[in-house]
Amino acid sequence: MTRNKYFIKQLSIFSENKSGRLAAVAKVFEESKVNIHAFSIAEANSFGVVRAIVDKPELAFDAFSKQNYALQYTDVLGIKMNDVPGGLYHVANLLGSIGINIEYAYAFRTGTFGTLIVKVSSPEDAVEKILAAGLELVPATDYNF
Amino acid sequence: MFWNEKMETLRGKELQELQLKRLKETVARTQNIGFYQKMFAEAGIRPEDIKTLDDLSKIPFTKKADLRGGYPFGFLAVPMSRINRIHTTSGTTGKPTVVAYTKNDLNSWSELIARNLTMVGLREGDMFQNASNYSLFTGGLGFHYGAERIGCAVVPAGVGNTKRQIEMIQDFGVNAIHCTPSYAMHLTEVAEDMHANLDSLRIGVFGAEAWSENMRRDLENRLNIKAYDSYGMSELFGPGVAFECPEQDGLHIWHDCYIVEIIDPKTGEVLPAGEKGEMVVTPLVKEAMPLLRYRTGDITMLMEDDCPCGRGQKIARLFGRSDDMLTVRGINVFPSQIEHVLKNIPEVGDQFMVYIDRVNHLDEMTIDVEINKHLFSGELSDLARLQNKIGKALHETLTLRANVQLVEPGSLPRFEGKAKRVVDRRTI
Amino acid sequence: MAYYNEKIETLPRAELEKLQYQEMKVLVERLYANSVFYHDKMKAAGVLPSDIKSIADIAKLPTMKKTDLRNNYPDKLVCCPKEDLVRYHVSSGTTGKPTVVAYTKNDVELWAEAVARSLVSCGLGRGDVLQVAYGYGLFTGGLGLHYGGEKMGTTVIPASTGNSERQIELILDLETTAVACTPSYFIHLIDVAKKMDVDIAKDTKLRTAILGAEPWSESMRQYIHEQSGVVAHNIFGTSEISGPMFTDCGELNGMHICGDIAYTEILDPETGEVLPPGEKGELTMTILKKEAIPMIRYRIGDITSILEGDCPCGRTSPRIDRLQGRVDDMLVIRGINVFPSAVEHALLRVPELTSHFMLEITRTGPLDDMLVKVELKPDAMTDSINGLIGLQSRVERTLRDALNVSAKVELCPPNSLPRFEGKAKRVMDHRVF
Repeated sequence: MTRNKYFIKQLSIFSENKSGRLAAVAKVFEESKVNIHAFSIAEANSFGVVRAIVDKPELAFDAFSKQNYALQYTDVLGIKMNDVPGGLYHVANLLGSIGINIEYAYAFRTGTFGTLIVKVSSPEDAVEKILAAGLELVPATDYNF
Repeated sequence: MFWNEKMETLRGKELQELQLKRLKETVARTQNIGFYQKMFAEAGIRPEDIKTLDDLSKIPFTKKADLRGGYPFGFLAVPMSRINRIHTTSGTTGKPTVVAYTKNDLNSWSELIARNLTMVGLREGDMFQNASNYSLFTGGLGFHYGAERIGCAVVPAGVGNTKRQIEMIQDFGVNAIHCTPSYAMHLTEVAEDMHANLDSLRIGVFGAEAWSENMRRDLENRLNIKAYDSYGMSELFGPGVAFECPEQDGLHIWHDCYIVEIIDPKTGEVLPAGEKGEMVVTPLVKEAMPLLRYRTGDITMLMEDDCPCGRGQKIARLFGRSDDMLTVRGINVFPSQIEHVLKNIPEVGDQFMVYIDRVNHLDEMTIDVEINKHLFSGELSDLARLQNKIGKALHETLTLRANVQLVEPGSLPRFEGKAKRVVDRRTI
Repeated sequence: MAYYNEKIETLPRAELEKLQYQEMKVLVERLYANSVFYHDKMKAAGVLPSDIKSIADIAKLPTMKKTDLRNNYPDKLVCCPKEDLVRYHVSSGTTGKPTVVAYTKNDVELWAEAVARSLVSCGLGRGDVLQVAYGYGLFTGGLGLHYGGEKMGTTVIPASTGNSERQIELILDLETTAVACTPSYFIHLIDVAKKMDVDIAKDTKLRTAILGAEPWSESMRQYIHEQSGVVAHNIFGTSEISGPMFTDCGELNGMHICGDIAYTEILDPETGEVLPPGEKGELTMTILKKEAIPMIRYRIGDITSILEGDCPCGRTSPRIDRLQGRVDDMLVIRGINVFPSAVEHALLRVPELTSHFMLEITRTGPLDDMLVKVELKPDAMTDSINGLIGLQSRVERTLRDALNVSAKVELCPPNSLPRFEGKAKRVMDHRVF
């Protein structure tokens, strides 16, 4: 079994903190017919990093590169959560108890369950530990085609 | 080689006569100062009672905290029109300690540094890079004037910008550098990374903080220099009070300008040579701000052996402090100053902790501060602003940057009895 | 005291010019004999020392420029035995290497003499307390005012820059009567004092400010007087001629350039022709007794004019007007000279960046802010916010190390900054003086 089947390809795009920049980024997705599953913006000082999980990451990467954006792939993991009160606590508590340090995270709901996207420092080890702890990971193919 | 051979080698009866003459003059000058008039009255002594050097022990000690009471000009023995320079140094609380100089004082001070630099082999025509903080701190201008006195070419480099410091050593062919020993270590590493050739450098003058024999060997080997320990404090002019000779075994203190006593810091009893205790100094040639039996807080001892170089009795390299003063990046810090600053910021809770580390040979001070939960706005930006405000207030008082970490209320240790708020994690 | 050195400061103009001619002749002869650089320069211009027969003949001599200093880095212009040097100062250059100036003991003395005369002309005397809030160290502002103040017998407080609340406390506690700093910093100090509930006019003894190292205006002088009751004097000097040296006298109408120390000309920046008093042009100076690095007809790059008429203060030396701009693209940021080419040079050292940048200068409150917009190379992107912040602060550090003044850095996406055909206009200076 390869652990990296759980590595979801996230796009990290550099963007300035200015009005109109989000629309510009979204336009690139629109024009390249790439669908966005999940999306977050982290901001610092005068700039931000747009993070997105999309159906066709390679296509999007090319489209952004052509327009001279600075961007990068990042491997993240998607952990399934029950869509009930306490769902996040259950997951977060287990991650804490098995010593997984989360660099950043964001969450969204698909169908009947929630997904917690996490960025960890060594995803290979994390996959093993998370599965061993009895949590369920979303395979990358559910998002990236 | 001597700068002033007669004074540097003066000993026995001749030295004692000079010391006594100058002590009497100093005592007379102190009578222009309210603090000393009161001290003499309370101790029941008159200036005329100081007839021999032994009579010095009749005079009570002067402490750093006494200077605070005289802020700003209470310790001046001459009118302002005769003051040619003012420096300040860290006080025990928010206000600094003021030190003032007449033209003669500036002269005497430069003269002492000229002796020191000549003693370790600097000459007219040598190039001297002064990588020390100028301005109110006495280290920069003190060495600047001293090196200029002997005819060195001075590069007033100041602190920081290590790459440029190294480029200047190379481009100008610098022969001697003055800085803190930890900065010298840092500079050495950066120079090694740059593959810089610092062959012109012969002499390192390091002071303002404690350093070990191991560090000396390391610096001497890696920079191919001779490294010398320098001692001084602003209340006694500044750097230049005592200095190592090429024997590198103890520091010559200039007995024509300073009377040294070593005391038991608890009882105040004077200890004989060879015994460790707190150094008490009576400066003999200070005009603007004479002091009597000033407690330096530094632990050392008078050495018993004669020095082959022919100069007078030495003191040992410092063993530590008799109080809780810290030296961070060469700057003296009293925990009471930090407390004073934090108490004046309402958003700060009751508790704080200070951690001192050495990262890449440079000191880092981290201060954990509990926030006051009653004044928490819930806004991230307010927390960032508070962090900045604390950092700025500390910088203004300590003249030192500290990393401020805001921590949750109730998370820092509580102390019963004497608080131990400072954790010094450096190994020197 | 009215004058620091009355005899020389009030020497009749004709005698002064005679003295200037004599000094100039000695200087040219010395340089022709001892300086390879100036000897070659004179030869190329076809001038011999014997051609200098009157003060007007000075116009025959070749001029010097900042590039001459850079091209002869670090000490090829030094014209005395190395043992005679007692000081080096360093200022920012046009590219990576700084401009170095060296001094003999006499050079330092002469500089201090000029500053001492100037301080006395501003009304300072022995009982005054002068707080020097210029940067100390390699920058000439701090040590220049310091030595001059000490020489004339004031009490000098070497406060250096920054720590504004502490500066106000020093002014209050140490009964400071005069402050020397940049004009924008002085206005900042007025604001800080207000925030601290300190009324400079009522609560302090501060009466005089010696302001320089950056352009300022008569309206700023009035503003300072209205807000603080302080009389602000203009001081001029640049490290190449030693450092800050010459100020307005009590008349506040032009800076006296001590004639026995410096010979002043105004040149047409295009043709190099000498312009008459009253006409604006490039300030050019000859420092008559400089030993270590003599400067003959040094083109300073500042635009001003020589004022006509005698000054009622009795000093006979010529006066120059306020500086009115530059002939080149040099900027002055918080008193520090910055060349856009030096910014470009520094940015080349950061591999994550393209070669495009923009420089925006603003004044928030009274202090200058320099914003450098830099462009990220596409492959330099990282997902880590900390990594990007780290890059940003690394660029800021690189710039501070190179320019000696701090700049804010903004990371911009690839290809987002303007491209220029022909001469690049990378600087947007939004300040109003």
